[in-house]
Amino acid sequence: MGRKTGEKIKNLCIFALPGCLIFGAVVILPFLYGFYLTLTDWDGVSKVKHLVGAANYMAAFSDTAFWSSMGLTLKYVVISVVLVNAVAFLLAYALTNGLKGQNFFRAGFFTPNLIGGVVLGFIWQFVFSRVLVNLGETTGWGLFSTSWLSDPDKAFWSLVVVTVWQLSGYMMLIYIAGFTGLSTDVLEAASIDGATGFQRMRRVILPLMVPSFVICLFFTLSRAFMVYDVNLTLTGGEPYGTTKLVAMYVYDKAFTSRNYGVGQAEALFLFAVVACISGVQIYLGKKKEVEA
Amino acid sequence: MIKTTKVGGTRKKVLDMTGFLAVVAVFLLYMVPFALVLLNSFKKKRDIIKNPFSVLTEKGYTLDNYVKAFDKMDFLKAFGNSLFITGLATILVIVFSSMTAYYFTRAKNTFSKVFFAMMAASMIIPFQAIMIPLVSIYGAGLSILNHRLTLVFMHTGFAMSMSVFIYQGFIKSGIPISLEEAAYLDGASKVKTFFAVVFPLLKPTTATLVILNVLAFWNDYLLPSLVLGRKELYTLPLSTYAFYGTYSADYGVIMAALVLTVAPLLILYLFLQRHIIDGVVAGAVKS
Repeated sequence: MGRKTGEKIKNLCIFALPGCLIFGAVVILPFLYGFYLTLTDWDGVSKVKHLVGAANYMAAFSDTAFWSSMGLTLKYVVISVVLVNAVAFLLAYALTNGLKGQNFFRAGFFTPNLIGGVVLGFIWQFVFSRVLVNLGETTGWGLFSTSWLSDPDKAFWSLVVVTVWQLSGYMMLIYIAGFTGLSTDVLEAASIDGATGFQRMRRVILPLMVPSFVICLFFTLSRAFMVYDVNLTLTGGEPYGTTKLVAMYVYDKAFTSRNYGVGQAEALFLFAVVACISGVQIYLGKKKEVEA
Repeated sequence: MIKTTKVGGTRKKVLDMTGFLAVVAVFLLYMVPFALVLLNSFKKKRDIIKNPFSVLTEKGYTLDNYVKAFDKMDFLKAFGNSLFITGLATILVIVFSSMTAYYFTRAKNTFSKVFFAMMAASMIIPFQAIMIPLVSIYGAGLSILNHRLTLVFMHTGFAMSMSVFIYQGFIKSGIPISLEEAAYLDGASKVKTFFAVVFPLLKPTTATLVILNVLAFWNDYLLPSLVLGRKELYTLPLSTYAFYGTYSADYGVIMAALVLTVAPLLILYLFLQRHIIDGVVAGAVKS
């Protein structure tokens, strides 16, 4: 008995403990410590912290710039998620019909996802601030006469463009996997029963693709909410801080303004929003999957 | 009857052709940014400003941009740092997460249940909710920032939950327990049994996770920027960022730096395309 217990503990220590300890030290411990930080006035340098109660949360609540950044992020997330998935779905549909060279196209559309957001942002900064402006000058198109990045509205849309450009190739792959998994029997049966292309899409393909939609929505939602790199290198939050999405706002609050307690409180608000959305989505996805 | 099929056939051909041309058009649109960066990386600044689309240049093509970028962004150093950090962190994640997932699946005790639940739940925590206390603990508290190994440690920790999750799903459904029991009865230790019998069977999942983690570690910017503050420790994304800040008006050099930064992964992609695409899809579908 004693030997067996000893063996069990040994196995636990060898197999699970190293991984769990690292995970605990890097994810769990900081996450919990973060709650404590929100109750202090830590300035990032000194060893001394004072407990300040709920002051940081009050400050976060009344930080209008934070909430407008959150609002902007929501707008960005909704638009991006819809566009990314629409484009990805269409691409996947077009690239599963035995098109010539479809593997080549698939690989090409995915390429932006191999490259880090920092570099993608820089590439598009060049495109928006130089290439398109040049195009505007030579063609006389008003749309491109000035750099998109110097206008608050257009700078926002430039973020959306880059996001769609990047993520649609990724989501396309997941939709392709979904299309390839569709049973040809069911599709043929629908055609024989006289379903038109549109009916087939609406009544047969779309319901069967629900699992793929769930995966893609979850993926794009979480990616869009946490976007930082592209935001940093494409617009840098400019012009006049109008395109600062919430991840960047929290970063600046803590590390630039050295307002760590308030920054962490705002980060926890972001966590709450993301957690709610993920929860709702997983719930809806499970329900829908069963019905379909 | 025959006639309608024939008409349908021609119509289908026309539709196919339109579809093909539409795909080609969208594809070209997607590739234009890359093409422009590559093209302009060989041009001189005046030509770039005058017309970024021009293939014919007044001042001629040059490799100077590359020489300058390679030198000024300390490419070899940054490449080496990226390689070391990505390589070591990936190996550690694979070893630790496969062993942990194996333990979770086979030993259904409270420890397994609690940690598995924590890992699953932790996947919805945005990095922004962790980064500030992370810097506080490891920087102000322990003073171990500015070491490449600290970054390796953190990469490993952040990648654990997803990797354990995917391994666990595979072990649960794909590895029959009888195989291990046979080896174990033959006198092999648990550890030996795992590495000799179980780990080789995990190969498809291991391939998926290597690809996902390498891409994530290699391209990450935010975490390395918080951990590594000294120039000689910079990974490729950090040195690209710093370089851009200094040379932002020197377009040709910037374009060359961007090409240099993305080249290693794109070259790898050329050879491992199928595997990378399969791995990415498998990872997304399973997690």
